[in-house]
Amino acid sequence: MPQIFTPSADTWPRVGVGLGIVAVTAAILLGAGLVQSAYVTSVDWVVDQPVPFSHLHHAGELGIDCRYCHAGVESAPNAGLPATEVCMTCHSQIWTGAPMLAPVRESLAKGEPLRWNRVARLPDYAYFDHSIHVSRGVPCVECHGRVDEMPLMKRGEPFTMAFCLDCHRDPAPHLRPPDQVTRMDWSDWTAERAADYGRRAMEAHHIEPSRLDDCGVCHR
Amino acid sequence: MRRATLLLLALAACEMADQPRYDAYEPAPLFPNGASVQPPPEGAVARGYPARAATLATRPPLTPALLDRGRERYAIACVPCHGIAGDGDGVVPSRGFPPPPSFAEPRLRAAPAATIVDVITHGHGVMYSYADRVAPADRWAIAAYVRALQTSLGTPAADLPEADRAKLAEAGR
Repeated sequence: MPQIFTPSADTWPRVGVGLGIVAVTAAILLGAGLVQSAYVTSVDWVVDQPVPFSHLHHAGELGIDCRYCHAGVESAPNAGLPATEVCMTCHSQIWTGAPMLAPVRESLAKGEPLRWNRVARLPDYAYFDHSIHVSRGVPCVECHGRVDEMPLMKRGEPFTMAFCLDCHRDPAPHLRPPDQVTRMDWSDWTAERAADYGRRAMEAHHIEPSRLDDCGVCHR
Repeated sequence: MRRATLLLLALAACEMADQPRYDAYEPAPLFPNGASVQPPPEGAVARGYPARAATLATRPPLTPALLDRGRERYAIACVPCHGIAGDGDGVVPSRGFPPPPSFAEPRLRAAPAATIVDVITHGHGVMYSYADRVAPADRWAIAAYVRALQTSLGTPAADLPEADRAKLAEAGR
């Protein structure tokens, strides 16, 4: 009677199972790395804009407060993009012929808003309100990075759920005095000073991390 | 069947991230100009307009809180041109913008607070209106702080109390 199983009959399934384990592990590792990579989170990727606006120049070198242009940040969910008139407040008098600013002048002349391309974006299922973060003293730099050092705007932090939760679960080290919320450089604050301030601020504002990571805080 | 369910789930996930609604600043193909925020129709009256108009018409009592608010708002909206001291020595004039007058000028010292509020509201000369950036209550706060700056601009350092002079020397270093 001929043999049904060849000598290699056991080998193939074993190789198959081995390869399967390797493939699943690789997929998990790749997946985990990929979702945190800049390719997915867009961190540090410059977004093309109709006008190459420099935050480095305006916020950094000239020291103009963030709220000069983003005037809604203290009172509204959206920080607010400046209307063309805000640009023209200065540029009606300086750099009036600059080719770089032609789209701004055209926007004012035609009454058509500039179409900026979004840099910091959250998915629609995440509810976010700037005003509460600003009034409790989460400084701009915490989520947007050193905007004052960016010649062209890019995303400073990965806007992943983990990024939001890291702070919601342990806000103390991230909080700063609300009257200095637009300050970018906090290098003179030691970790101890930040933790100490954060603890007091949380007491004063009744910030309770145990409730800050409830689903309904961000997903409404 | 299972494939159809998976496809549906994937579609639902995309839908959730970009839900069929117009958020602020989102492009809106529904409107001819493609913007989700449309200009109000002619003759429209903004919600809360009477309250805003009343705030603008009535000068609030001068309090330390009003001055503090004024200092903060002045630093945001005015410092770029008028300078931190109110002498017109801001960073924007240093780059070629026609310099604004110092608040120490006699005609500006004599101007009533309502005039300062009016200039913030409507602009003046090359200065644009700040009505869309500075709320009515904050315009009064800034006007109050401009008065404080005028006092400071007219006060010799020698007249300051000892403690303030020490602070000034510290800041100047």
